[in-house]
Amino acid sequence: MSRLAPGHRGCAGCCDAIAANFVLEAVGDDAIIVNPTGCLEVMTTPYPESAWEVPWIHSLFENTAPVASGIEAALRALGRKGDTKVIAMGGDGATVDIGILGISGTFERGDDITYVCIDNEAYMNTGVQRSGATPFNASTSTSPPGSQSFGNSRPKKNMPAIIAAHGSPYVATTSISYPKDMMRKVKKAVDIEGATYIHTHAPCATGWRFDTSKTIEIGKLAVETALWPLYEMEDGEITSVRKVKKPKPVEEYLKAQGRFKHLFTMEGGKEEISKIQDIANWNIEHYGLL
Amino acid sequence: MKRHKDLLLHGNEACAMGALAAGMRLFAGYPITPSTEIAEFLSVELPKVGGTFIQMEDEISSMGAIIGASLAGVKSMTATSGPGFSLMQENLGFAAMAEIPCVLVNVMRGGPSTGMPTRPSQGDVMQSRWGTHGAHPIIVLSPQSVLECYTLTIHAFNLAEKYRSPVIMLMDGIVGHMWENVQLPEKIEVIDRPEPSVPPDWYNPYDNLPGGEIVPLVPFGEGYRYHVTGMVHDKSGYPTLIHEEVEQCLDKLIYKIKNNLHDIIRIEEYMLEDADICIVAHGSVARSAREAVNIARNEGLKVGLLRPITLWPFPRFHLENISKKVKLFVVPEMNYGQVYGEVLKSCPKRAVRVTRVDGELVTPAQIMEKIEGAAL
Repeated sequence: MSRLAPGHRGCAGCCDAIAANFVLEAVGDDAIIVNPTGCLEVMTTPYPESAWEVPWIHSLFENTAPVASGIEAALRALGRKGDTKVIAMGGDGATVDIGILGISGTFERGDDITYVCIDNEAYMNTGVQRSGATPFNASTSTSPPGSQSFGNSRPKKNMPAIIAAHGSPYVATTSISYPKDMMRKVKKAVDIEGATYIHTHAPCATGWRFDTSKTIEIGKLAVETALWPLYEMEDGEITSVRKVKKPKPVEEYLKAQGRFKHLFTMEGGKEEISKIQDIANWNIEHYGLL
Repeated sequence: MKRHKDLLLHGNEACAMGALAAGMRLFAGYPITPSTEIAEFLSVELPKVGGTFIQMEDEISSMGAIIGASLAGVKSMTATSGPGFSLMQENLGFAAMAEIPCVLVNVMRGGPSTGMPTRPSQGDVMQSRWGTHGAHPIIVLSPQSVLECYTLTIHAFNLAEKYRSPVIMLMDGIVGHMWENVQLPEKIEVIDRPEPSVPPDWYNPYDNLPGGEIVPLVPFGEGYRYHVTGMVHDKSGYPTLIHEEVEQCLDKLIYKIKNNLHDIIRIEEYMLEDADICIVAHGSVARSAREAVNIARNEGLKVGLLRPITLWPFPRFHLENISKKVKLFVVPEMNYGQVYGEVLKSCPKRAVRVTRVDGELVTPAQIMEKIEGAAL
């Protein structure tokens, strides 16, 4: 039985719903979810309904991790911790931008929670503004390509590395296109004591502009082009990597999405695509993907 | 007369255009409904005029960045709504204390907390005055139309520069998202930061000049070295705990506004000359109130409207004058009565409120109901 009930208001092919489903599937019934504002919160809780079959609280942006820390501390203080898993689940904006201060505190203290970032690479709920996790050269409503730029001018913030630098015992990247891999890692994360982190790549049909039937396909392409490496880090060291035998050229991933369309029409676009290929090449080498 | 082309604009867009016209060249902000269009518009338009658009990681940094930009000599602005406005309060107090000109746009939505992101409200009237701690000066403007979103934003920048103070454009969600045909004025007044009249060695950025003249803020990097702090400071800017200097510092902050009420306060009066009843309304609710006045006049009731365009400092003296003539004040607002409280303070006479907090606009009919029900 799905612990995220059907009938929610997610778009067709919504990545958030898929991600939340996998997380709940992996953790089971004994979970408490803290969820900041975002598509996931809005679409799963239209008045007077809730799609959540587990206890769930809607937090603010900045206090998601602190609220989770408070819940965990209270359960411990009351002697009711047992096997209950406290999970904070936020989007990329809530995680890598506005919420990072509180997350840093939670991971520094090593509170026994799992933080799951559902990364769809922009602020989708307010209309596709760039976030710190928006990839290089992607078009968003606040990083429009034009005579002055090719879109978002900075690379994605490496949040897993930032969390690992806090001394987290377990950090893993996942993709909603690889459900078994994702659920295994989520299960592992919640079972390890301390503050653990899952960063899930989540293609958004609305924000990235692709057909709603292609969510999983696009996610796979990100992994197959080495733009989204799947790995696990334990105590700061990379301990497992999902190999990509024959990495596809990044064009295959880029051309499938409206947010990169300008790279194929603008003068100089080819050069920009080769910079994105460089990112993939760096990933291949750095994470040892081959 | 040459007729200008009509532009179909919405309030947020007009606000952003007003900022550009006023010479704003740095915007730092964070997306939040219902203010986001201001950021989106400026992310496209600012680079075209050599300006800078920065999307920050949250509202704390947004407010911080515009303070830094202003210190560097660039007119700067941020825009937000409810929860973001709450996050900006500490920095807002810093700007007030350090006397750094800047403009903060708050397009009000339903609160408290996350509240109703997509529904309008006027719930931040008091927060705009007292949201940051301590006794601090603040100027708050309230537009009622798309055109005023343009003109008052320009005015906000002028006041900010003139009084070296943060200025808040307090719009409501209806004004921000309303579409109207507007003709932008051909001529506008723009006040830029004056040059210092003394050489670097003589410069005291927080000096008490005779006649209350305000010392120009010299941009960082022009050879004038001075101290900026959120602590109570002496005329040079350095922290002080000497009683006289503390009092001087705080008095100066308050009196630079208090002594210039005549210049800062703007109001609009409509059919008040012979009125028995005065409606006090601001923002989009003033549009309903004006219609209520028209309906009442058709029914032979002597009703008029006072619209505070400057919400803070509150036009207390105007109210006191009017209260000598009218028998009743009716105060409609999209909150539980925040301006109503100020009306009571100004003229402890009969005043009734028309409140609405369900995310809908106060209607003329609602105001009329109160007027007709009031036995004069």
